[in-house]
Amino acid sequence: MCGIVGLYLKNPALGPKLGALFEPMLIAMTERGPDSAGFAIYGDEVPEHWIKLTLRHPDPHFDWEALAERAKTELSAQLSWFQNANVAVFKLEADEVSARDWFAEHAKDVLILSVGRSIEILKEVGLPIEISERFSLSGMQGTHIIGHTRMATESAVTMAGSHPFSTGMDLCLVHNGSLSNHNRLRENLRREGISFETENDSEVAAGYLTWRLREGDSLKQALESALTDLDGFFTFTIGTRDGFAVIRDPIACKPAVLAETDDYVAMASEYQALTSLPGIENAKVWEPEPATVYAWERASV
Amino acid sequence: MRTIDITSQSVRDLNQALHDQAPECTEREWKVLNPAGKHNIACGLDQNLSVDIMGHTGYFCGGMNKKAHLVIHGNAGQGVGENMMSGSIRVKGDASQAAGATAHGGLLVIEGNAGARCGISMKGVDIVVKGNVGHMSCFMGQAGHLVVCGDAGDALGDSLYEVQIFVKGNVKSLGADCIEKEMRAEHLQTLKELFNRSGIDEEPEAFKRYGSARNLYNFKVDNASAY
Repeated sequence: MCGIVGLYLKNPALGPKLGALFEPMLIAMTERGPDSAGFAIYGDEVPEHWIKLTLRHPDPHFDWEALAERAKTELSAQLSWFQNANVAVFKLEADEVSARDWFAEHAKDVLILSVGRSIEILKEVGLPIEISERFSLSGMQGTHIIGHTRMATESAVTMAGSHPFSTGMDLCLVHNGSLSNHNRLRENLRREGISFETENDSEVAAGYLTWRLREGDSLKQALESALTDLDGFFTFTIGTRDGFAVIRDPIACKPAVLAETDDYVAMASEYQALTSLPGIENAKVWEPEPATVYAWERASV
Repeated sequence: MRTIDITSQSVRDLNQALHDQAPECTEREWKVLNPAGKHNIACGLDQNLSVDIMGHTGYFCGGMNKKAHLVIHGNAGQGVGENMMSGSIRVKGDASQAAGATAHGGLLVIEGNAGARCGISMKGVDIVVKGNVGHMSCFMGQAGHLVVCGDAGDALGDSLYEVQIFVKGNVKSLGADCIEKEMRAEHLQTLKELFNRSGIDEEPEAFKRYGSARNLYNFKVDNASAY
């Protein structure tokens, strides 16, 4: 099972309502995934040469203030931060590698959920409604958002198995299905310098795209090569800093519905997750074809 | 006419009200509001009812239908009309995968496109699709007719038994043991009747017929590579 949902705004005027539009979509997929849920929201972009990290600590009383002060001094970087439940978002003037290295060395209990200029990933074990409430999803703003509700079938209900997965700057992937060649692929990608946090198959798909994009592919090209190199069942929804894409494997067992209006593009595993969107009655609603890339990208600023 | 709004009543309430008509029909015309993609709408009907569903439906709408006539004024999710026995279902929009799966009888009309595996393992239903059908349509089809006014995807009629398939547009590829066959007068007549019954305006002469080569009915070691 598992449910996936995504919302990409074409009309920037809807930006302040992104979370409020998305929350009922995520909750509507509870039956497909009651074990854990998460989402990646894009917006509130940091300036060039800055990065934004979403960090999680299991202790809700963790002293983020102290960690921020140390990071500021030791990385000699400008830094600002805010806390949301047991997660904190750090914005700092640094590059990805030195930031990752510093946190790995000095804050071993802190899990890095995402790194990028725009992305923030929030995920937890529990029902979608609990996760949305915990992180106050309905008040969030942004440009696009993708989410996942998980019904664990092949590995335990843990944070490590929760989607979305991010393996590179601003890239995020949610997956319904299962891959069969992920072990070999993970080893090959490790040799290419892609690092993995878990043994999960979906993380390998995210890592694969990170690798292709790093090698200079466009999002569309990366997904087209994924059709050749990934073996298994999948419907993916992918977010990048400026883009949003959906792809299904050639057999297309895993469901997907797309809807488009002048204001937005929305994706869901089932139509019932789209019914709360404004103007859905007159939207173009269709089932994406197998082995076909659907991508929307805004011009980079 | 009786109207049921699924925002105020559950799908279970709706289906129970429709099932209550089976022993004795007191209300023939029904309208369902706000289906909102919910699953199992109007399943297991067993009475000559006319049911209009005003929007998109989720999985298995009209499953196991007997005698009733359903119109879905929107798109249908997976398995619309699965295991239908008789009656009819008309989808005004598109249908997702496995439309009419295993259906034994009745008429399924899809005015838009149908997804993959349309008519999989069909056992006597007649399916008329105004648009295209996806890959592996009519897989292991045993009896009935599948008419496609648009194009068919990969592996049409794979492992086919005795369904007659008619396609007007392109067939991307034929599945194992499915071949093009001669269109004779009786087939043109069958098609004409199917168009009359489904209210679709097409010329039978524009269609090609496909059926089983009947080589895979029984296992022969010589055919092992074809499976």
